[in-house]
Amino acid sequence: MNYSGARILIECLAEQGVDSVFGYPGGSVIAIYDELHKHADRIKHYLTAHEQGAAHAADGYARATGKPGVVIATSGPGATNLVTGIATAYMDSVPMVAITGNVPVSLLGKDSFQEVDIAGITMPITKHSFIVKDVKDLARCLRSAFAIATTGRKGPVLVDIPKDVTMALCSWEAQSETERAKALAALEARWQPPLGATELADAAAMINASKRPLLYAGGGIISSGAAPELKELAERLKAPVALSLMGHGAFPAAHPLCTGLIGMHGAKASNMAASRADLIIALGTRFSDRVVGNVASFASAAGVLHIDIDPAEINKNIRSGRALKGNIKAILQALVPLVRARDSSDWNGDIDAWKQIRPSSHHADKALHPRFIMEEIHARVPSDAIITTEVGQHQMWTAQFYPFSAPRSFISSGGLGTMGFGTGAAMGAQVAYPARQIVHIAGDGSFRMNCAELATIAHYDLPILIVVMNNGTLGMVRQWQSMFFDGRHSATTLNRPPDFVKLADAFGLAAWRATDASSFKEALALALESRRPCLIECAIDIDESVLPMVPSGKAIEEQILEP
Amino acid sequence: MERYVLSALVQNHAGVLSRVAGLFSRRGYNIESLTVGETADPGLSRMTIAVSGDDAILEQIQKQLEKLLEVLVVRRLCPEASVSRELALIKVDAPSHSRAEVLQTASIFRARIIDVCAECLTIEATGDHQKIDSLIELLRPYGIRELARTGVASLERGSVSISLLLSLI
Repeated sequence: MNYSGARILIECLAEQGVDSVFGYPGGSVIAIYDELHKHADRIKHYLTAHEQGAAHAADGYARATGKPGVVIATSGPGATNLVTGIATAYMDSVPMVAITGNVPVSLLGKDSFQEVDIAGITMPITKHSFIVKDVKDLARCLRSAFAIATTGRKGPVLVDIPKDVTMALCSWEAQSETERAKALAALEARWQPPLGATELADAAAMINASKRPLLYAGGGIISSGAAPELKELAERLKAPVALSLMGHGAFPAAHPLCTGLIGMHGAKASNMAASRADLIIALGTRFSDRVVGNVASFASAAGVLHIDIDPAEINKNIRSGRALKGNIKAILQALVPLVRARDSSDWNGDIDAWKQIRPSSHHADKALHPRFIMEEIHARVPSDAIITTEVGQHQMWTAQFYPFSAPRSFISSGGLGTMGFGTGAAMGAQVAYPARQIVHIAGDGSFRMNCAELATIAHYDLPILIVVMNNGTLGMVRQWQSMFFDGRHSATTLNRPPDFVKLADAFGLAAWRATDASSFKEALALALESRRPCLIECAIDIDESVLPMVPSGKAIEEQILEP
Repeated sequence: MERYVLSALVQNHAGVLSRVAGLFSRRGYNIESLTVGETADPGLSRMTIAVSGDDAILEQIQKQLEKLLEVLVVRRLCPEASVSRELALIKVDAPSHSRAEVLQTASIFRARIIDVCAECLTIEATGDHQKIDSLIELLRPYGIRELARTGVASLERGSVSISLLLSLI
């Protein structure tokens, strides 16, 4: 078949099983949008308010499903508006394919109108990128982009297509399933060297010899689908399981062995366990500075067994005594049978005792407490609900107080910490799962950043419930200012418009303001019942802090529990 | 801080050099020199990268390089088991009263004179990093007008070949 580049793009997307894309049109992608229009029955395009929202939506779609998210933007500012979204996906290893238009090949490099070297700009925040200067290379580049994004340690790939390439004609042939599987297998093999029997046996021996093992699990468990294997390992070893922020959902929070979040705002039990363990088994996680605190004193008494698909993560932040490189699910399936089952671990009693230690602020008597909000939402939504967040205090409260039980039910920007991420991400999750309840937890600062996406939510009638925890401040920064900068609240007080209820109303969402427990309960019941886009604004005390907290540079057992 | 030499086979594409150079700068690794050129297989280039750092940094550099899709294989070359050459063109002042000494110095280093004029000579020298350094130091007192140095080109001794390694992958 002789097709235009734009048509080849549509065919390649369809071939990859893409049924939804997010984006924003413009001059350089006009031919692509023309084909999207003709093939709207095969691929549904969601028009956002801003390209950043589209990038986060593609990211949210990918995090919710495990399938690659796709975003399309035009050249120049359209492309640069994707940058934060691509970086967010890169830091959290989310599979995503970003397609940008560019000026015609003959105008490249001439500072043409709306020209930008987006491949150059995104080089440090993509797994790989392509500039397709010949339509004959288009199908190959697109297929490679999907293969690269979804194999090994997943991540975003950018494909930059000059306008004349989208209009040029070229023969196109569908790729057979076998060819596609072969290409994927070849790439997987590159990322995953075969695992030796001795390596496994040595790792098992290390585990079997440990008296106080701690499982420290991250997002790798979720992206490799290894939650069942993690549970089996934990129960066999009777080992506590601490979770990085990205690991939330990898192990049920309500499980007796779960100690919850680890690190800067980690639970007492997680941080104490890391400090007192004799072996830390790190699974699909990268010892981020937010987890480790002071590197020299982190787990100084412990051996480290690091299991990860990215060899470069081994010995990057923390040196490990032993490492297994590859897909965690496959590794755990081979490893777990070699681990001796125990009736109890030496320190289960200690862990249970530490789990009782919580900051008094978690129980404080407040008109509307973040913990109450999170627990109330959990009690009222269906068990398969997906929770998205922005970044800041509300994000930590969500991680601390919402008992996540399933992988991909918590969607949050961990590595990059992108305020403004969640509204778009919630849209992507809702597009992926129209029947599931999506609850987007936001702070007033983060929400304001991309609140224009309310137009998108309303237009597509995405029944997302947005809960804005409004404390009238950039609370996380305020908390640091209160604790470490003598209370000088520089540029963090948000004593300004809009009225969030009126704003939501203007966009066509139903909205309520809750100032206490009963008004929140009432609003929540109405919102959930409506199955329409809704917003609840919650009045939160301006000085409500996220505790525990480890001051930066301190050892993670040196937690502040009381302000 | 030690000096290490890495040899990498990469796909011969536009943009590979900027990916590699970008990786070094954003991760804060120091490149001393980088030499790139086509190999016997025109689809592949060899990058020879001299870096300074410690063992842990080198481990990271190697692993991060290996993550780049267009980088096919990376080897750390150990100085005792490899041969290395650099080339330098040195334009040095050589008026009649010092010309003989300059020529003598060049000849000790088996360097060649490739251009000559009334006031100066241009010397071409090849050798390992230290040899070139020493020649430059010896010529400096005469007055170096211009200096152009290449990075290092390096191969392992014996029959070992990185291309062979590649065929095994």
